[in-house]
Amino acid sequence: MILPLRLEQVSFLHVLQPLSLAIEAGPSTIILGANGAGKSVLMRLMHGLLAPSSGKVSWSGADPRRRQAMVFQRPVMLRRSAFQNVLYALDVAGVTGAERLASEALAEVGLSHVARQPARVLSFGEQQRLALARAWALHPEVLFLDEPTASLDPTATREIEAVIRAFDASGTKIVMATHNLGQARRLGDEVIYLHQGRVVERAPVEKFFAQPSTAEAAAFIKGELPWV
Amino acid sequence: MGLMRVLILFFALFSSGADAQQYITVASTTSTEQSGLFKHLLPIFEKKTGIQVRVVALGTGQALDMGRRGDADVVFVHAKPLEEKFVAEGFGVRRHEVMYNDFVLIGPKADPARIAGGKDAVQALQRIHQAKAPFVSRGDRSGTHFAELELWKAAAIDIAHDKGSWYREIGQGMGPALNTASGMGAYLLSDRGTWLSFKNRGDLVIAVEGDRRLFNQYGIMLVRTSAKSQLGQAFIDWVISAEGQKAIAAYKIGGEQLFFPNAGG
Amino acid sequence: MGEALGNALVLVASGDATLLGIVGLSLFVSLSAVALATALGLPLGAVLAVAHFPGRRAVVVLLNALMGLPPVVVGLMVYLLLSRAGPLGSLGLLFTPGAMVIAQTVLILPIIAALCRQAVEDAWVEYQEQLRSLGVEGARAALTVLWDIRFSLLTAVLAGLGRASAEVGAVMIVGGNIDGVTRVMTTAIALETSKGDLPLALGLGLVLIAVVLALNAAAFLVREAAQKRYG
Repeated sequence: MILPLRLEQVSFLHVLQPLSLAIEAGPSTIILGANGAGKSVLMRLMHGLLAPSSGKVSWSGADPRRRQAMVFQRPVMLRRSAFQNVLYALDVAGVTGAERLASEALAEVGLSHVARQPARVLSFGEQQRLALARAWALHPEVLFLDEPTASLDPTATREIEAVIRAFDASGTKIVMATHNLGQARRLGDEVIYLHQGRVVERAPVEKFFAQPSTAEAAAFIKGELPWV
Repeated sequence: MGLMRVLILFFALFSSGADAQQYITVASTTSTEQSGLFKHLLPIFEKKTGIQVRVVALGTGQALDMGRRGDADVVFVHAKPLEEKFVAEGFGVRRHEVMYNDFVLIGPKADPARIAGGKDAVQALQRIHQAKAPFVSRGDRSGTHFAELELWKAAAIDIAHDKGSWYREIGQGMGPALNTASGMGAYLLSDRGTWLSFKNRGDLVIAVEGDRRLFNQYGIMLVRTSAKSQLGQAFIDWVISAEGQKAIAAYKIGGEQLFFPNAGG
Repeated sequence: MGEALGNALVLVASGDATLLGIVGLSLFVSLSAVALATALGLPLGAVLAVAHFPGRRAVVVLLNALMGLPPVVVGLMVYLLLSRAGPLGSLGLLFTPGAMVIAQTVLILPIIAALCRQAVEDAWVEYQEQLRSLGVEGARAALTVLWDIRFSLLTAVLAGLGRASAEVGAVMIVGGNIDGVTRVMTTAIALETSKGDLPLALGLGLVLIAVVLALNAAAFLVREAAQKRYG
């Protein structure tokens, strides 16, 4: 078990002020905030793509690198078939039975019918689903998602959200950054609200939306509501 | 990386350029090669002995340098004093005379220095110098260049200090020199062989020929440090043998004999 | 010019054995050099693109500068190395096609490596985060990107091929332009020019251009087909 993840007085340049928080196993965590609030930076600090300017990021348990995966706003696929892209991730992780796992992952997200097609000719939504399949095959303990549906149309968004729910149901911890309130309510159990590089509020999702305890959060919800 | 090994093997197989056939490297001059003599002579030797002769054609100076570095097995040039020095310094085993051809003084038909038809090369150079007529020099330490310098000396002209803009040193071979002379209507000293095969004459013609001082002696030497002395010596022995000498005399361009064998003479 | 074109056609049509030998050797030397320089230069460029070490920027600048190495200088340096009086003289490679391949490889290695480095560096921006997220680092990441952009690297390889087939300085010095052994198209053209046979020289030149054009056309078609297949 690599959770809980602890951030102690972690800051990043001028984007994130020193913050401390713990990510526990179980409830899906939504990182919410306006553009420029620092969501992407926080995600990358947690996943290890960025090193903090100060403070410490520590996982519990052994080999935390292997037990996480991340899906980005834009999927990055190799110039190979969909199947081979999933296979690549498994080979890197040194997993046995890679071919079987890859097929299962593609089936899980409903992409078996395009397994042999070049990944880059798939639609954007399909590529994002492929990115999720790639993560699924690794059976990570934690799945980070950085605004995964920001560039997708409503249909594709629904498909992606369905896969995320499946991840959640299978026991994977979800940590997702989004500015989409409806999505936060649909998928999240708790909300961490970021405002100008600071964690301003943290609460279970229903409480956050019904009764935000800070003025910034209230303003954010009010401002974003028409766009949900 | 298995691909690398295949590549290296393939490369090694072809790098010798002649599947394990014996060969020697002969350093000679561009004018000799361009006369076509080797194309005529070497197949005869190769057929008889199975030894391939690879000629690298450079200027005389460079050919001798190649011998000094040990990159050639035999040196075959036409500058007697330089060759004798080569042997004296220990780089060459022994010098053998092989053949001679002659130089000709080439010039434009318009003949600004008024030397056409003359039989005196030295007097012709004096007239060119006086008229400041354009003159192209090889300027490249070749046998031809060397011969040209000897003629200026014989004409009592210190060309190194007495040259004006009419004297053009181009530092290149006989062919480019002829091209340049043709292009600018200049005089120059050329070996007869290159002149006979030269195709871009423009309005150049032979102005002076036949002067004994225009004769050009060829010598051949085995390089002392050669790893193929036996093969190299076999080539030298053949070239100065009756058979080799006959083959040299048999080489003609347009019915004209180019080289006159005089080994052992 | 018309005479030259006529010459070129007659040369090709006659199937002259000497000409075929010269063309064949030119292709062997230049393609071998390209193969070697690619095998060495692509990984070098890729690793340089993603690695971080003190002095990296100086190395990048140096590699870029080496793209402009004059062929005669390369020829001279390789000559001194392979000469009997030099360190590698005992290999007996001087005045053989092998020496010519070595010289041309040295000449075009910087071109292929530098252009590859630029291509990988540009692509790295796109791939970096995702690869690191998957746990791919260092050389493995560089090679993954390298393989993924292989078809756009074709341009770098063609640049190397162009340089190799066009140069005369290096192969002349280390090969010696020996008739039937180390005479290639460019040295043959130089020879015919110096002999004053300009129409023949020009004809050979047109044959050389045609051969290089054909190679480039083939490479272009390969690239297009791959684009369709892999997206």
